[in-house]
Order: sequence, then structure tokens, then C-alpha cells
Amino acid sequence: MAEPVIQVENLVKRYADVEAVRGVSFHVEEGEVFGLLGPNGAGKTTTVEILEGLRTLDSGKVSVCGLDPQRDSNALKNEIGAALQSTSLPDKLKTFEALQLFAGFYSRRRDPEELLKRFGLEEKRHTFYSKLSGGQKQRLALAMALVNNPRVLFFDEPTAGLDPQVRREIYDIIDELRREKKTIVMTTHYIEEAERLCDRVAIVDHGKVIALGTPRELKARSGDKTRIEVRLAKPESEGDLIQLDGVTDCRSLNGTYVLHCQRPPQAIVSLVKHLETRGNELVGLEIATPSLEDVFIELTGRRLRD
Amino acid sequence: MKHFLTLTRMRIRLTLRNKMFLFFSVIMPFGFFFLYAGIIAKGDPRIVRFLLGPVIAMAVMGSFWGLSASLVTFREQGILRRFHVSPVTAADMLASSIVANYVLTIPTVVSELLLARFIFHVRDFGNLLSFAILVTIGVISFASMGLVVASVTNTMQETQVLNQLIWLPLIFLSGATIPLSSLPKVAQNFGIFLPATYLVWGLQASIFSSLAIWKLWIEVSALLAWAILTFFVASQLFRWEPESKIPRNAKLWAAATALPFLFLGVWEHSSGSLLMDARAAYRSIENSDRPERPSETEKIYRATPKSTRPAEPPSAPNDSPN
Repeated sequence: MAEPVIQVENLVKRYADVEAVRGVSFHVEEGEVFGLLGPNGAGKTTTVEILEGLRTLDSGKVSVCGLDPQRDSNALKNEIGAALQSTSLPDKLKTFEALQLFAGFYSRRRDPEELLKRFGLEEKRHTFYSKLSGGQKQRLALAMALVNNPRVLFFDEPTAGLDPQVRREIYDIIDELRREKKTIVMTTHYIEEAERLCDRVAIVDHGKVIALGTPRELKARSGDKTRIEVRLAKPESEGDLIQLDGVTDCRSLNGTYVLHCQRPPQAIVSLVKHLETRGNELVGLEIATPSLEDVFIELTGRRLRD
Repeated sequence: MKHFLTLTRMRIRLTLRNKMFLFFSVIMPFGFFFLYAGIIAKGDPRIVRFLLGPVIAMAVMGSFWGLSASLVTFREQGILRRFHVSPVTAADMLASSIVANYVLTIPTVVSELLLARFIFHVRDFGNLLSFAILVTIGVISFASMGLVVASVTNTMQETQVLNQLIWLPLIFLSGATIPLSSLPKVAQNFGIFLPATYLVWGLQASIFSSLAIWKLWIEVSALLAWAILTFFVASQLFRWEPESKIPRNAKLWAAATALPFLFLGVWEHSSGSLLMDARAAYRSIENSDRPERPSETEKIYRATPKSTRPAEPPSAPNDSPN
């Protein structure tokens, strides 16, 4: 395989007294969708903005399309497309004008007309940016990222703050780009987004990559176990619950007990029996198939969205 | 270069859609124009011609308001960041602000000349080449000052406060509203350190006294040096990110932009030639040999007994008995 499009080695970034990124390493191959998954403040955005050449790094090595984002930032900006977080466009700029304006900055460019059509913004072509809905703004942001037909795309939290239906629209767009074999680096704090869209995921927490692999590999790491979350009337000891038939692990998180089990039916039966003998009661129960959330909980002892 | 032109077109388009622009670049300048030409000069073509300098200086200087405001808004809302991931450079961004501003100021200035010609019958506009050069350098330098304001402030509120602080002395102590020669000595001594003073005087000298550009070399070169310095400082202090801090030495840099006029002011203070010229020009509208009807100003000035005449000729616009 050819040289990776993106290489990150031991990246470190400090802000005043906070270490936002503490030795992150990964690489991204041509044509893959790579996700950085982690809670807010984990250092995802900082990492991505260093790759885009928007921020300087303190130590480590970074290369994007064979270029150094700091030294060759001008050359790099022709190769990348980005939908940033916390960005905006002038209120009185119209949709089509925005695409046309940015297309004007590149020598290699896509037809703004075609992008407008593809992102379903044709009817909004003469609408001021300030009059677009959240979803339309985000679709425009993605369309603008494609305006120079870039080698690498960076999508920073592409669905943050959007309602579920709009989020699915954005998923479809990214899915389509994935089928076209675009190289995409995206950050997210939504589990299902990372699982559904990414070929490989790096789980990031407190400025470090704590796990990296395909969603399947990562889930296999937690033993492909089903997770049963129960809420009880009275507290139980984790040690007792872990002894139950069919249960392999138990953690308590904010009053909820998370049981990992290989055979869920047995586990539930033995749990109910156990509670009966203790005079305890089951208040709530949820069964979840294995997800990246489990990996995160396992590695950090926290939920992703606490 | 190509990016710069693309950006300039966008800036012009956006500015034309902005209501604030309508106020600062259309309503305000024309308001001043009719106030000066119609009410203060009472339509007297000679006095209108005399006052065109200050009136146009206001239109030229006013450019810094909108510019600082729009750049700060762009940064605050994260619009600049979006441009930062494209191949647009800081120089593209800054230069396009200034050129867009220039393109938008010209129609105002030209309309004011045309109104003076066709409504107030001013026939002679003096040296139009000197005039055009001064307008150009004036817009560039005051616009660059707006860019410096944008880079030493973080929020729109701070920007507006600083704009006010700069604007008031610029219009009241420069001869733009009250002629320099009729200001108290203290205010005059302050006024000679302001770029605006030299712009007002230069424009007045080119229109009213028909001075050729080489006779205005001091004003022109000081404004030019100031324009280059402010643009340089603006590009050094330019920030793409809303949360990036103002560099510690930024205030020092911003203060350094005062240097050209600090030197000029010191020189002017010892030579006093600008004030002398301004007085002479002023006197010439007073003592001119107009055939029939002396202006109101003149009548009153002449009616005043010599002993009680102020040391300086009374001024036309605000405080004078016209």
C-alpha cells in the first residue's frame, strides 16, 4: 500500500497551562474514513486543526499529503477541504455565492452548480446564510469543503447540535463520500456515528488515543459481550452480582449497574432470583448489544457523554 | 492576487447589503454636506468650495468605522477561520478590506463634488489631481487604522468604544468641523499631531487654494508613511481565531503608528507653517474682492471694530456669527 495520507506521531499541544493533546499517534490511509471519537475536550478538534494548519504544534511530527501543515501550509490548503466546528459565514452571503466565492480560491475546483444540486441546496441558492436552517448550514459547510475536490476531507463534529433526522441526512452524505473512496478524517462524540461511518476509529480521552482499530476490532476487544444495564431499588455489591450465572463483569455507574454477559437470558434469570432472595427489586432494565460505548466505559470507567 | 480580487468583490457586495454602511457612507456624509453647504455656507459657492475640504475629509475618514466593525464581526463569528483553511492569506484579507472600502468611498466623494457643482454652483475645484491623490491616500490610511483597531480589540463593544474615542478628536480637533485657526491654542497644539488635520488641510488646499501635489508634499508624505506603517502593523497583529490573544506588545505596535504625525506635529509646532497657511486661506475667503454682496461672515467680520477682533479670524462653521 502507498504511504499513508496522514501521519501523526507523538503530537503534543499545550494551551497556557493545559495539555490539550498529550502524545497522539495515528495514520490515515488513502480512501478511508477515520474517526476520532471521544468526549468534549478530549483534544480531537485541536488535533484536527493542527492537521489543517490552523494551529501550531508544540512537539511531535505531523504530515498531511506528504506536507508539513506548518511549513507548507499554503500548499496544504489546496489539498484539503474542511468543515470546521464553531465557524460561520457572513450573514448576508447567499448560498450559491458562498460556493462560488470559495471555488474562486482554487485552481482545481468542482462546479458549484453541481455541488448545490448534490447537497440539495438548489432551492436555497439565493437565500442569505443567516436564513438557512442548522441542517442547511451544515450541508453547505460540507459542500464548501468539497469545492476544491480535495485529497483529504476534515469534518469536525459534522452533526453536533443537529436533530436526529437532519443527522441522518448528513450520515447519508458522508456514506456516499465514503463509497467514492474519499479520504475523510472526522471527529465525533456520537458512538453510533463513529460505528456507522468510520472504517477505523481512534478513541481519544484526555489528549491521548486510548484505543484504535476498526469498530469491529474494538468491540471484539470488549469480548463481544451484551451489556445489561439495571437499576435497583436498593444497592447491591458489585462483587455479588459478578458471581451470578452468565455474568462476566459488573460495574456500577451513577446508580446503574452495568453487567456484561455472554448469555443474556441466563444472566437475567439468575439476577432476578438473586434479587428475590435479597428482598431487592428491579426498577429498570435495558439490554444493549455491544458498542463502542462499552469499549469506552471499559477503558475509562466513564460514559462517553457524561 | 486572484484571491484578493475575489475577496474584494465579495466585500463590496456584502457591504452594500449592510444597513450600517448606508448610514455611515451615505446618510452621514450627505448630511454633513448639506449642513455645511446649505446652512453654514448658505449656498455661497466660494464658501461651499472652502468647506468642501472638511466635508470630503469626513467622508474619507468615516471609512474606518465600518471596516473595523466588519473585521471584528468576521473574527468573532468564526468567519475568518473558514477563510483560514482556504488558500486566502492575511494580506489578501486586509488588502481586500481596504480596496473594497476605497471603491465604496469614491461614489460618495464624486457625488459630493457633483452636488457642489450643480446645486451650489461651485465652478472651480482647484487641483483635482492633488485632490484625487489625497483622497486615495486618505482612504487607505484611515482604513488601515480601522484594521489596527480591529486587531487590538476583542469584541464588537470594545471596537465601538475605541472607534468613538478616536473619532471625536479626529473630527473636532482637526479642522473638519471647527476650523483649526479658531480653536483655542491648547486644542490647536493637540490638533497638529492628528493625521486628520493634515488630511483636512491637504484637501482644502487642493480644492480651495488649488495647490499642486508637490506643494503638499509634507501632508502627502506624512499620510503615506502613516498608511504604510498602519497597514504593516495591522498585518502583524492580524488574528484569524476569535480566542487567540492579543499579543502583549500589540499596544506598543499600535502606538507606534502615531510616530509619523508625532514627528510632523513637533516640526509643525516649531514652524507653525500649517497654521499660517490655514489662516491665510481662511482670510482669503474673508477679504476676497467679491463684487457686490459680501458674505454674512465677512460683513460681521468687517463690522467688528479692529480692537475687539479676535487674534484669529472668526471661523465659519460652528461658532461664528454667520
